[in-house]
Amino acid sequence: MPLLKNNTLISDTWIHAGVDGELPNAGDVIVPFVRLLKEWESLSQRDGKLGVELGNVDRAEALSMFLPRLSAVILPFPAFNDGRAYSIARQLREMGYRGELRATGNVLPDQLQLMLQVGFDTFDIGERFPLSTWQQASKQMSLAYQRGLFRRGSEAEIWTERHTDAEPWLEQPHAG
Amino acid sequence: MYRYDEFDHQFVRDRTNQFRNQADRRLKGELTEEEFRPLRLMNGLYLQLHAYMLRVAIPYGTLSSRQMRQLAFIADKWDKGYGHFTTRQNIQYNWIKLEDTADILDALAEVEMHAIQTSGNCIRNVTTDHWAGAAADEIADPRPVGELLRQWSSLHPEFSYLPRKFKIAVTGAPNDRAAVKVHDIGLRLHKNAEGAVGWEVIVGGGLGRTPMVGVTVRDFLPEHELIGYLEAIMRVYNLYGRRDNKYKARIKILVHELGAEKFKSEVEAEYARRPHASTEVEERELKRIAAYFAAPQLEKLPRWSAAFEEAKLKSPDFARWAKNNLGPHHADGYAIVNISLKPDGGIPGDATSDQMRVMADLAERYSFDELRVSHAQNIVLPHVKKDDLFAIWQALQGADLAAANYGLAGDIIACPGLDYCALATARSIPISQSISRKFANSARQDEIGKLKINISGCINACGHHHVGHIGILGLDKKGEEYYQITLGGSSAENASIGTILGPGFAGHEVADAIETILDTYLKLREPDEEFLAAYRRVGPKPFKEALYATA
Repeated sequence: MPLLKNNTLISDTWIHAGVDGELPNAGDVIVPFVRLLKEWESLSQRDGKLGVELGNVDRAEALSMFLPRLSAVILPFPAFNDGRAYSIARQLREMGYRGELRATGNVLPDQLQLMLQVGFDTFDIGERFPLSTWQQASKQMSLAYQRGLFRRGSEAEIWTERHTDAEPWLEQPHAG
Repeated sequence: MYRYDEFDHQFVRDRTNQFRNQADRRLKGELTEEEFRPLRLMNGLYLQLHAYMLRVAIPYGTLSSRQMRQLAFIADKWDKGYGHFTTRQNIQYNWIKLEDTADILDALAEVEMHAIQTSGNCIRNVTTDHWAGAAADEIADPRPVGELLRQWSSLHPEFSYLPRKFKIAVTGAPNDRAAVKVHDIGLRLHKNAEGAVGWEVIVGGGLGRTPMVGVTVRDFLPEHELIGYLEAIMRVYNLYGRRDNKYKARIKILVHELGAEKFKSEVEAEYARRPHASTEVEERELKRIAAYFAAPQLEKLPRWSAAFEEAKLKSPDFARWAKNNLGPHHADGYAIVNISLKPDGGIPGDATSDQMRVMADLAERYSFDELRVSHAQNIVLPHVKKDDLFAIWQALQGADLAAANYGLAGDIIACPGLDYCALATARSIPISQSISRKFANSARQDEIGKLKINISGCINACGHHHVGHIGILGLDKKGEEYYQITLGGSSAENASIGTILGPGFAGHEVADAIETILDTYLKLREPDEEFLAAYRRVGPKPFKEALYATA
């Protein structure tokens, strides 16, 4: 399955592990949150990058002690209109997490820009829409009123632009 | 009034283009109706019983004459020559074609209006006191905060897919005309002993199937903290609000199930965690916005207007209208004019394009170019010289807009009901019309005095029947419409939810039942005692006896 990142298609090089079962000795691995909790000792010792798949009923704070060691967090959209992962994504970014933040599940072009703005940088997009549709969808709005969002180069925060000499609220580097 | 700058214009333009693209894809079949639905809803477009309905946002209910004329133009060009003003201070067009919608949005953008977030599970158009900036009892004009919240909530990336819709109301006056206690979030301004102002934050009020009065989570929040604090509330709701059952998904249920204290501690914890170090930008933005709402250049006038007093003596009809339809203005020699959109036997909130243009002309000539839509579905001219009132009344009379029933039995709030709405279980409009006709006699209405009758055509309660002094709820019983009556509701500062009186009535019996209730009230009231006060004193018993004794 292709992933969308920085407006291009990339392939998923991560190994997705289940709740239990053998882990490969090498390679980057993504585990479910319950497994991260259970096997933290051995997982943190392992070679290769570590990622976690969080549920949208899990709390972002529960991940705080693991964050420095994590290189990928996957958040699910069981349905495109289940918006919990937007808040969790933003919380993780506010907690200082700078690794990959991937949206999976019912990810559609019409929500792509909102997801980018809260800090997602990688998208499990399936094969229904051509790349051009996703590329267009990522920049439909050139402006946002809210502050403290993740921005692409072309997008401006209106309030910040209106008051350029005021102290910034929260520095947010570009995701990805 | 607020004016768009280049950013606001660009934002609405982007959004309209985005919608044009989405509507094209839907018309070409590239989007399924299921996928298109949330996209059109976020742009105010509903599919109703007979056609698409477009709901246009009127932020905090404020309109200029130019905007009102454009609403009339849209009604003529793309609808059937009229519009329906709603209980959320918006306007709805009931006969819209999908292929015209993007053009209508362009026409709205020309006059700095849009239909963003008038539907969908997002933060809806912010409402406020329809007398804002004019009322004698006001601490400060709440509309700058209303505009700040409009901007902040527009396409908020984190809060566009909430568990359910979300409504915020703001009032700057102690007499609550914005029903802040029955909104998802209500904000009420207070002034402390030192003269500083702060906002009381009320969360978890609401009507619908489970009516609740909101709880106060902050007594006195400094203004510059509003955005940060509301983000914390929204985040707690977005994360923990129920999504398993749409009837339990509003924030009131979360507040209720967690308990007010636990909910509050979640919000405070989230607020403390957010890195909102500096609020300088919000403060500056609020100041920038507030400058647009500077009070108009009112003349220094005597309190007493000879022309007004004389006209009242000459014309009893004018005197009666003046007695019922004027509100106290903060400046001497001025009044607030409430134009009733409730003619006897009419459809509450409907206005023809001609009527809209008459009101626009009057606002331009007599009221600093400003109009307001009230949540009771009336129109307000906020700053009118008492000297001009007679001329205004004459013009209103010529346009069938001079109903002298503001705040009385004929000033009924009603949802569109089964005549238009796909959710309704019963009709509202004919019930409203039958009651309105029953009390068409003006002396009778005056005798009854202040009264709020609210009618909803289903338990979703868009007609706010729970907070009507008399509430009427239309239901369906085995294919027959019948109507439940509640008494004692109020959306004012002493908010309360009405109590169901007993078994329901058939549609043709409702007006008689209301008459029985009001006759009972007239017999038992004390001198000058309004209906609600009398009900609160005596309780439901005498009304029940009168209604059901002979049944």
